[in-house]
Amino acid sequence: MVSKSPTNPAVLVAQALFYGLFAVIIAIFSTWPDYTHLDPDRALIKLSFSYHGEFVTECRDRTPEELAKLAPNMRAAKVCPRERSPITVKIDLDGQPLWEGVATPAGLSKDGASTLYKRFEVPAGEHLVSVKMNDNVRVQGFNLVKEEKMSLKPAQILVVDVRKDHGGIFFE
Amino acid sequence: MRADNSLRQGGFVLWQRVEALFDAVFGAGSNPLRHLGALGFYFVWIALVTGIYLFIVLDTGIEDIHTSIEYYTHEQWWLGGILRSLHRYSADALVLVMLLHLVREFLYGRYHGFRWYSWVTGVPALWLVYASGIGGYWLVWDQLGLFSAIASAEWFDWLPIFSDPATRNFLPGVLNDRFFSLLVFLHIGIPLFLLLALWVHIQRVSQADVFPARALALGSLVMLLALSLIKPTVSHGKADLSVVPSVLHIDWYYLFMHPLMYLTSPAALWAMAGLFTLLLLALPLLPRPKPQPIAVVNPPNCNGCRRCFADCPYGAIAMLPHPDKPGHELARVLPELCASCGICAGACPSSTPFRSVDRLVTGIDMPQQPVGALREEMEHRIAALAGPVKIAVFGCDCAAEAKQLEDSATVVFSLMCTGLLPPSFVEYALRGGADGVLVTGCREGSCAFRFGTRWTEERLTRRREPHLRPTVPGERLRLAWADSHEMSHLKAALDDFREHLQSLGAGEKRLPPYTPRRIAHHG
Repeated sequence: MVSKSPTNPAVLVAQALFYGLFAVIIAIFSTWPDYTHLDPDRALIKLSFSYHGEFVTECRDRTPEELAKLAPNMRAAKVCPRERSPITVKIDLDGQPLWEGVATPAGLSKDGASTLYKRFEVPAGEHLVSVKMNDNVRVQGFNLVKEEKMSLKPAQILVVDVRKDHGGIFFE
Repeated sequence: MRADNSLRQGGFVLWQRVEALFDAVFGAGSNPLRHLGALGFYFVWIALVTGIYLFIVLDTGIEDIHTSIEYYTHEQWWLGGILRSLHRYSADALVLVMLLHLVREFLYGRYHGFRWYSWVTGVPALWLVYASGIGGYWLVWDQLGLFSAIASAEWFDWLPIFSDPATRNFLPGVLNDRFFSLLVFLHIGIPLFLLLALWVHIQRVSQADVFPARALALGSLVMLLALSLIKPTVSHGKADLSVVPSVLHIDWYYLFMHPLMYLTSPAALWAMAGLFTLLLLALPLLPRPKPQPIAVVNPPNCNGCRRCFADCPYGAIAMLPHPDKPGHELARVLPELCASCGICAGACPSSTPFRSVDRLVTGIDMPQQPVGALREEMEHRIAALAGPVKIAVFGCDCAAEAKQLEDSATVVFSLMCTGLLPPSFVEYALRGGADGVLVTGCREGSCAFRFGTRWTEERLTRRREPHLRPTVPGERLRLAWADSHEMSHLKAALDDFREHLQSLGAGEKRLPPYTPRRIAHHG
């Protein structure tokens, strides 16, 4: 029987082999195999916004009857409903629909921002990007529109966002 | 047989064979497969210690974080670079040993009964390891860190917990230096929570194995150092929020869930993670064998010596002030912690069979295998042995099936755990007519009750109380540890021992016979 003494050369060699095997297992899966997140000839469009839609209804004056039902300290002349419009979105690429959907306002009273995050892998190259949104249920059709020819390099990210202080939809 | 049981049994036999192979190379005390938990703790400490230096030299500015890491990776490779690699590889090794630890404990069936607590508390520790490691990748703020941060944000965005999508933080122009300060705090805070979770995890085991043997610790450190020198950890290119990281040298130990998410969907990944967690948490609830009766203290025979308290592997014994004897203590069994192993009965000095009482009652005993019954059985069966070399074997129900060794010259007493054997029973067997005593049980590290093998060996080699008396000749005692699949090894050990006893001759190194007074009086 082989002695298990730590000074036995056979034991030391066997231990070194096992430690080496352990190191190899750690090293291999620490960086290999490579993961291809995006093919080399592809680009990415990120449609993302956090945007407050318009109010669903406008402020209106309370009727005298309504005012009379309220406590004296609550008798504000105007009532402004808090609910905001959902954002209807349509994005086309080279005239072909890419995605269409609705972002609903956050909050129990639907008075928060509508948020959206979508990613679309597209071939790199020149594309006509067309984005249409409606942020007001009282308006028919799309009241926010942006259409632009974009040249996307491989791995490039095109962000499509909408902000009032940016004048509506913008590409970045 | 249930599916989980048959799967477990098949894996268990295979695992024990691999462990036996590692025993031959490392010895049981330094066998990495038998000390995976201790190795896990060790790798956590290496990551924490190396992390302290990396934190000191890290610049958390959005523009500087990558530059500072590149500096100490390449310019200061001899210190910062090596420590960074050690940090990374110890974290990877932690995942490896943690998952092996999980598999091993499952194969050994250590997830139900009194062990439910250690099993269940290990589950959050598992996720905390992942949270700690993934956060570390973000800190590097290279393309891989950016990919991981966005993938994690996209995963969490599936949950309705953020008013704004977390992913929007990674759009161009949004991030600032404060984000990295937050990351540093998270990468320190979550590992601290992990330490807390690990502390909770080992609360119900006494003398927890939290540091590997010196040889194993040194070997592992040298291995990690060599790996750090041969294949130093390097970063990808600096993170660029306007570009998608394309081809990544991903760390599959931590980041496998990102490709899995892109292959499926965030919802599918949540489902997989949730199901895996629920499965782990539900395992202790599966039907299992009926629990065995727990240890019982007999106050008149307990002198408060604390040996059972010291030897209990699960901290299931408390020492309380004796109700009738001021200044004395009395053992008390905590039912919810008791593993029904009987190691306490083996530790009790009252368990000596040389006591002259007719009915041997010890201070702490197992109702299903009382020490008194073992004495009676031993007296009768050893007296009935025939042949030139009579051997008494003390075995363990969890190890190789010693009962298969029985013949006209060999008697086997299979105990719930070899740790139940009071050392004085060896002497009693030799004085009662046995020419030799073979003690067997699980190999060290395989013991179903953690310390049965270790305590027995230490007691019989006179390194632990209650120890075997020095007058007992070592030539007539043999220890042969054998796991359940090692029956042939045990048979060979018995044959070898029999030959050895034959070579000794009948009178050599033999203890004088002992006639119990109670037998002399009544028989």
